[in-house]
Amino acid sequence: MQTPVLEVEDLTVRYKLNSSGFAKGKKHFDAVRNVSFSIDNGECVGLVGESGCGKSTLGRSIVRLLEPHSGSIRLHGREIAHAKGKELLDVRRDVQMIFQDPYASINPRLTVEDTVVEPLIVHKIGTSKEKKARVREVLDLVGLPTASLVKYPHEFSGGQRQRIGIARAIVSNPSLLICDEPVSALDVSIQSQVLNLLKDIQEETQTSLLFISHDLSVVEFISRRVCVMYLGEMIEKAPKDELFSEPIHPYTQALLSAVPISDPEKQRSRERIILRGEIPSPITPPSGCAFRTRCPSAVQASASVQIENFEPIPGRVVSNCPCVLDKVAAMNREG
Amino acid sequence: MNTTLLEINDLQSEIFNKNSSTTVVNNVSLTVGQGETVAIVGESGSGKSMTALSILGLLPRPNGAITSGQIVFDAQNLTELGEQDLNRFRGSEISMIFQDPMTSLNPVFTIGNQLIEALRSHEKISKKEAWLRAVEALRDVHISDAESRMKQYPHELSGGMRQRIMIAMALITRPRLLIADEPTTALDVTVQAQILDLVKELRDKRNLAIVLVTHDLGVVADIADRVYVFYAGNVVESASVHDLFAKPQHPYTQGLLRSVPRGTDNRLQSIRGMVPDLTSIDRTRCAFADRCDFVQQHCLDTEPVLEAADIEHNVACHFYNNLKKRESNADTSA
Repeated sequence: MQTPVLEVEDLTVRYKLNSSGFAKGKKHFDAVRNVSFSIDNGECVGLVGESGCGKSTLGRSIVRLLEPHSGSIRLHGREIAHAKGKELLDVRRDVQMIFQDPYASINPRLTVEDTVVEPLIVHKIGTSKEKKARVREVLDLVGLPTASLVKYPHEFSGGQRQRIGIARAIVSNPSLLICDEPVSALDVSIQSQVLNLLKDIQEETQTSLLFISHDLSVVEFISRRVCVMYLGEMIEKAPKDELFSEPIHPYTQALLSAVPISDPEKQRSRERIILRGEIPSPITPPSGCAFRTRCPSAVQASASVQIENFEPIPGRVVSNCPCVLDKVAAMNREG
Repeated sequence: MNTTLLEINDLQSEIFNKNSSTTVVNNVSLTVGQGETVAIVGESGSGKSMTALSILGLLPRPNGAITSGQIVFDAQNLTELGEQDLNRFRGSEISMIFQDPMTSLNPVFTIGNQLIEALRSHEKISKKEAWLRAVEALRDVHISDAESRMKQYPHELSGGMRQRIMIAMALITRPRLLIADEPTTALDVTVQAQILDLVKELRDKRNLAIVLVTHDLGVVADIADRVYVFYAGNVVESASVHDLFAKPQHPYTQGLLRSVPRGTDNRLQSIRGMVPDLTSIDRTRCAFADRCDFVQQHCLDTEPVLEAADIEHNVACHFYNNLKKRESNADTSA
């Protein structure tokens, strides 16, 4: 079997806390706890969850904008969790990131050409002639006219700026792109343009994608497999179609049912799970199954269970809280 | 049919700059019946929020102003009223909630303080009475432990809780119309579902009319009775929610509905080009012409006006009838 582009194993990312103020006494908390997943060559994996679930922290630690506390991150089989210096530079060349806010993530004082060529300069790729040619090639790929080379970011709309961000990310030919909510700031009609573009690029260049989003319909469109996070833990991983047609974890079920469908007949007739309460603070997650405080089918054992992931059906991984075990048993009975 | 509560006729609002002015709401007419939920949908810069702000005379000052048209609420034209008279409606007959509950609440006063202030500025009642009404208002929006919440400050509460408090504050004076400007956009989906259910419950209990401003078509499908689609300051289509989703007539509405990802698609349909800049829009032609797949010469010469395509279904497009034909042709050939 081919080595996956990315393998993350038991990753924990820890943040320090100020010892004064609200969280007095606690020195640190884990924004990502024991997370494992992998991305195959040319595959797009979606990562969904609500605010504070650690999805962006996970993305940032893979680009190594953050250093993980424990666990391993392997890129093409090579350990990079604690890479430094030259080694880290190589990681950054191979893993690029696209950010949410196309206004904040592009330097307003650089022209489009200067912005897009920068990764090539940093990583010393090609002669100046080759650099110029590569920038033009990438600009063409993201659908920006050559005339925009000499323009500044303020001359572009949000959707076009996101194209500049994408051009900058793919110019060094990375094998993995981390997209952190790349279309959340865009209007619907523009969002679909950018999503199509990302899909085209992914298919054409066989780049692997980690697509982080809170928007399930966007993730459903672009990914092949989907991972769901809740309060720092990965609670379910499954191929897209299976996850959306039969979610196992109660949180995944609730999340899917909370997204309103753009069809009044369907939306108003379907059965929905409305969760109680809101996401607890990731600084003080509940014991046992982290979701138990909001779970409609939580039982007493949920508070004390040691949460681990297991694979009840080939290709599907889910955490082992008691309600999940019930659901799995029911699924097995049905065959 | 419901009796009309709010009627906007040919509303025009402008933002004035040094040497020029920008029309942000262009000849908009809409009606809201008692107990009816009307959604205003559009992308950024479509004039949807400006229309909502115009109703309560809250356009940015001193640059913004209503330049023509009427806003009739319960037989009273609000555009003719001065500040003092308008204040009789603001917050008592018509309330408004905004997208970001953190910036709408005052961080240095307790929740109770702010609820009581909202009530006492409209009704002459004692502090004690106001306190009881405020606690009741919090219970109505399903806030547990209402008495102790009264003493808390906004920063102590989560986003969903703050939005519940904004709703409690907006409804404490028992208004007949609630204007909600992107009320769930800043919230997570599971919390959004809670808030939408709450709004529906309160609406049905109190026969409350709602003007919901949103960009999210899923939210519209969930809660609205009728929908107005905005583009570049114009209403381009209006219909009942079922008609709009089942048979959209305007090419923009059609494109918008197709742009929403639905898992099974291999490719998304999109609308080419970008959302227009209101400062440089030409009002003598169809504002959508540059992005429309069905554009013809006539669209570039004349601005379309709303016309009835069906019962209670209006569309501002010269060729909506021809579009229909083309589409069905394409269907039969495929």
